[in-house]
Amino acid sequence: MTPQARSLLWPATRHILLLAGALVMLTPFIWMLSTASKPQTEIFSSDLHLIPHHFALWDNLQIAFAKADLWRYLLNGLIVTVSIFGLQVLVALPAAYALAKLRFLGRDVLFALVVFCILIPPQATAIPVFLLLHKLGVLDSYAALVLPFTISVFGIFLMRQFFKTVPDDLIDAARMDGISEFGIVWRVMLPTAIPAVTAFGIFSVVAHWNDYFWPLIVLNSGHLQTPPLAVAQFRNNEAGTNYGPLMAAAIVIIAPLVVAFLFAQRRFIEGITLTGIK
Amino acid sequence: MSDAVATLRRVATTPGVHASVFAGAFTAGRSAAYALAAPAFVLMLMMLIGPLAGVIALSFTDYQLGAPSFSWIGLSNYHEMFADRVFWISLKNTLTYVAIVVPGAVALGLGVALLIQSGAGLRSWYRTTYFLPVMATLIAMAIVWEFMLHPQFGLVNGLLRAAGLQGHSWLQDRGTALYSLCVIGIWQAVGFNMVLFLAGLVSIPKHLYDAAEIDGAESAWSRFRLVTWPMLGPVTLFVVAISAIRSFQVFDTVQVLTKGGPSKSSEVLIYTMYTEGFEFFRSGYGAAVTVVFLAFVLLLTLLKSALGNREVHYA
Repeated sequence: MTPQARSLLWPATRHILLLAGALVMLTPFIWMLSTASKPQTEIFSSDLHLIPHHFALWDNLQIAFAKADLWRYLLNGLIVTVSIFGLQVLVALPAAYALAKLRFLGRDVLFALVVFCILIPPQATAIPVFLLLHKLGVLDSYAALVLPFTISVFGIFLMRQFFKTVPDDLIDAARMDGISEFGIVWRVMLPTAIPAVTAFGIFSVVAHWNDYFWPLIVLNSGHLQTPPLAVAQFRNNEAGTNYGPLMAAAIVIIAPLVVAFLFAQRRFIEGITLTGIK
Repeated sequence: MSDAVATLRRVATTPGVHASVFAGAFTAGRSAAYALAAPAFVLMLMMLIGPLAGVIALSFTDYQLGAPSFSWIGLSNYHEMFADRVFWISLKNTLTYVAIVVPGAVALGLGVALLIQSGAGLRSWYRTTYFLPVMATLIAMAIVWEFMLHPQFGLVNGLLRAAGLQGHSWLQDRGTALYSLCVIGIWQAVGFNMVLFLAGLVSIPKHLYDAAEIDGAESAWSRFRLVTWPMLGPVTLFVVAISAIRSFQVFDTVQVLTKGGPSKSSEVLIYTMYTEGFEFFRSGYGAAVTVVFLAFVLLLTLLKSALGNREVHYA
């Protein structure tokens, strides 16, 4: 084979392989859109076609919104993820600053505890945390969804590593200006750490928007359901009969994060793969 | 220590700084440190360390949610568990799931990363596309997969029939349910691994490839064998460990698609823990199952940390 032929052949092979793989990756999304756009009769027909003969996405969405209070579930998802992230920042940043920049007895022990806690998988503590929330009488509430996640040891670790790189001069200058240690956290450290906080925020919001395990355990009431619970509930009620609206509901549930991801891919990939580095 | 020395040196060389002002701030800083770290410390004890100790302690009790009292029963939960056929099925299924998803998702993740990196065209489009399943709510996508695997109206059987092959009840057959869940697991994990590999590939210095070429490594395969693979070694071990930890935690797809069935063929550890602990409210027994899960995951995590600390040798 001539070098010229080879130089053309490789890019072509690369694209063929990657496009084939991409097609597999996208198939569930394509099929979801296709099914959500088909009327009942076309879904329950044995002839496969991608493009619906009669476009019914709008009807299916309407049925989905009528059968389940999807707005409410999206709002629940927003309330829960935003509360969790807000509280995580409120708890983690001061601790991270103390660990990174202040000297106090027990600092190293505390940091070792943080590192140890990162190792604990969330499912491992589920039963005792559930019993604790039961004792506190807050099961089946927003508090039950938020409280266990207000502490993010990973967030503390991440922010501490970041704060280590902030020059001490900046802090000394703030002290000389009479800013309290607490003020330094929010007025000096936070502004320098916006990229790290953003990455952590994406990591946190994505994890808790998509979380199914914990809401499934602590919730009973329908009206508190988070998006993943709601779509599972919808499926249990409708599966076998109403695939069009079910797929439409699935689209609604994944849309907020997927759209945000498509607009800020780099930041999202960076934020989500934080788990890999931890 | 060195921080303090550096600070003192700076203070000494900065004219006009009153020592008293600085000393005051320093003491204030020390007591403030406890106030700043306290909420995190308390929550850590309440939500992580306490419950971790609690789950181990619970596994030695017969506590059931709502029961007025409990007693210490030593290893009875463990005896019961090890004598239970379902537990062994559950453990075997979990290990099977891990043994399929980890090599699948790591090899495909590496393959995709290498292919993307080997050319310039459409790089970011490919990266976005392969990463999409990582982002999308797994529960919603699991339900889509369920419909694609529908015996009668699903896409998969439809395509098989079009190719003249027999369709199959993928999720309803005890012979294929677990493997179908593995396919979903791999589909979801490839993009995550791809991104980790891409980061590893980018940090391999280009001069190594030039050197290999001078030494006669002309084919793509020999460049991969001599440079890429050895340089990627630590990253690969790292990705394997992360994939294994994530696969051990498989729950969502099982709970919504198969409920561990048919006839326990897709029962996995976390699902067993969930049914025992939260459906039958046998907290003590559920805790014992959790301890087994924890043992596996901590082992893998320690392995991962050891690898992470060894750090990548290049760069």
